[in-house]
Amino acid sequence: MRFVDEFRSGELARKLIHELEGLVEAGRTLKFMEVCGGHTHAIYKHGIEDLVPAEIDFVHGPGCPVCVIPMGRVDDAIALAERPEVIFTTFGDMLRVPGGRGSLLEAKARGADVRMVYSPLDALELARRNPDREVIFFAIGFETTAPATAVTLLRARAERLPNFSAFCNHVTIGPPLEAILSSPGVRLDGFIAPGHVSTVIGTRAYDFIVDNYRKPVVVTAFEPIDILHATVLLVRQLREGRCEVENQYTRVVRRDGNPRAIAALAETMELRDTFEWRGLGWIPDSALKLRAEFAEWDAEARFEVPGARIDDPKACQCGEVLIGAIKPWECKVFGTACTPERPIGTCMVSSEGACAAYYNYGRLAERRDPVPA
Amino acid sequence: MSTRRPPKLRDDVVTLAHGAGGKATRNLVEGLFVPAFANPLLAPLGDSAVLDVGGARIAFTTDSSVVKPLFFAGGDIGDLAVNGTVNDLAAAGARPVALSAGFVIEEGFAVADLRRIAASMAAAAARVGVPVATGDTKVVERGNADGLYITTAGVGVVPAGLELGPHRVRPGDRVLVSGTIGDHGMAVMVARGDLQLEVDLASDTAPVHELTQALLALGEEVRWLRDPTRGGLATALNELAQAANLAVVLDEGSLPVRPEVVGTCEILGIDPLYVASEGRIVAVVSAEACEAALVALQAHPLGAGAAVVGEIRSEPQGFVLLDTSFGGSRIVDMLVGDPLPRIC
Repeated sequence: MRFVDEFRSGELARKLIHELEGLVEAGRTLKFMEVCGGHTHAIYKHGIEDLVPAEIDFVHGPGCPVCVIPMGRVDDAIALAERPEVIFTTFGDMLRVPGGRGSLLEAKARGADVRMVYSPLDALELARRNPDREVIFFAIGFETTAPATAVTLLRARAERLPNFSAFCNHVTIGPPLEAILSSPGVRLDGFIAPGHVSTVIGTRAYDFIVDNYRKPVVVTAFEPIDILHATVLLVRQLREGRCEVENQYTRVVRRDGNPRAIAALAETMELRDTFEWRGLGWIPDSALKLRAEFAEWDAEARFEVPGARIDDPKACQCGEVLIGAIKPWECKVFGTACTPERPIGTCMVSSEGACAAYYNYGRLAERRDPVPA
Repeated sequence: MSTRRPPKLRDDVVTLAHGAGGKATRNLVEGLFVPAFANPLLAPLGDSAVLDVGGARIAFTTDSSVVKPLFFAGGDIGDLAVNGTVNDLAAAGARPVALSAGFVIEEGFAVADLRRIAASMAAAAARVGVPVATGDTKVVERGNADGLYITTAGVGVVPAGLELGPHRVRPGDRVLVSGTIGDHGMAVMVARGDLQLEVDLASDTAPVHELTQALLALGEEVRWLRDPTRGGLATALNELAQAANLAVVLDEGSLPVRPEVVGTCEILGIDPLYVASEGRIVAVVSAEACEAALVALQAHPLGAGAAVVGEIRSEPQGFVLLDTSFGGSRIVDMLVGDPLPRIC
């Protein structure tokens, strides 16, 4: 398929790997965090970990929008979905995520009207077609998906649609990175920064990593060649003593991002004081809520939301996986008590989570010999 | 044979995932139905049970169709129901002899649609030369059954001496598929209309009995056959790997997938390896017979797109691996969850 095959070329891959082999110093491990779950997924799906020199160690970051939703918010979503007047709409991958009392898929099996949509605009259309029902959209995701919610809210207001609302759980990518960089014991040598989120926020959003933490950053697209290319760029920066935000995803990403998307976000949403991240805990200024002007379309303002608060299970070591302190298979419950069918922790719940990607695609690679740091 | 422990069913309610053909389905079937009905005919969990009746070997199978929508590019619930059962018989190496059809119809269903579906079933049965010999009709209140459900069952004759199964698969054997994968699943998803995609895709629903007969002419070089429906090629081969306690290694570059299926799957984030086909056969044959098997498949119009897609290895036991075109290697697990509900 055009525009996909070119970025999965085995021949190009061999050239990049050859270049990497020439760049790394034997025996010196370089830890690069790929922030986005899409990158984690691609790394395992295409077997990239086994192709790069053993000195390159990918650390899987917090950029999986499904994984970071805390269990309490899932319970809140289920409480909304169980209201008889409600049609609760969600992206498909939130359906299986367990809260404290099961998943939305189980709530649906018990009778809640839960429907999968591909876009918040589909939820808006459902609201138009079902004027006697309340349609709630489970809004999740980073700045990647938040603009689509923003546009949907603007349309709902323009149409004065009374029976649509959003249960807003949008989060921002900067604060969790800052939290990881400032947590003790973290050793990272560079960042493979997310591609799609950067189409909105631009490459300048990562300047703080270079300025405050002196770590190189490469904004990267999602095909395997892109990820290899970014790895080469990061190692080159380190070898040449540079520390910059580089843009590998030039075919889409601009330094200033997408001003119209940013404007739509600013018009409809504002920062929450704090938000709980699964596996990472409470992080200030890390999530978005609807502005007061949009209260009519804010599910949290219109319906009683329990505000459930559930601790991450004790056995779960997702927090350590997310800062790169341990690998997925080093977790006590990986693959035994915690599997994609019955996830305990955040990293196992969505196919973009590090543990799920590892479980689904790479369980054999754990035999790979570790390189001393 | 595998010494794998039977899975447990730990869920409180049935969810759509239990019908998707992947791990949850296996947990439901092996954790609830198999213990309830425990008997040696059921135990192998093949596409058909094979019974001895007065010296003859009879393949016996059943299949329910709940596809939504009822009509889609390339077919409808009628020919899908007939072909599904014919293919389950064919995968057991049997020649189909007779079918049954049970209809659960929603009150208010248009007779014109029912007539059209019956005609489509009749045409599919005539193509195979198998009669729909018995049937049953039930009507349920409006709001139930979503229009129409059809359950078909079938019996067929298995040639004397024929033995197929995971226990006959050996390291070094080759894996073939008879054509492109995932056409049916994606065609139904597109026909449902909620994706608003315009894609030129038709279901591959078709009877594979002539393809299997052509393969069986190669004798005992043919080890194992399966029609890769729900859960797709990945799930069929995982079941083989676990039952045979061997590894299946696929070559990504050899997998026949239509560009339209690749593109649609790419947009939806679905792997074509997990998408159902309804007119394909997966075969494991000896390395020596591989070329002959490929020629036999390609000689038939339904097998024109056949390809050798992988091989059997001794290690790692119970796993399906994929050598990616990119040069890497990864595990192909069974389907978890349900990306495509009610496609068959």
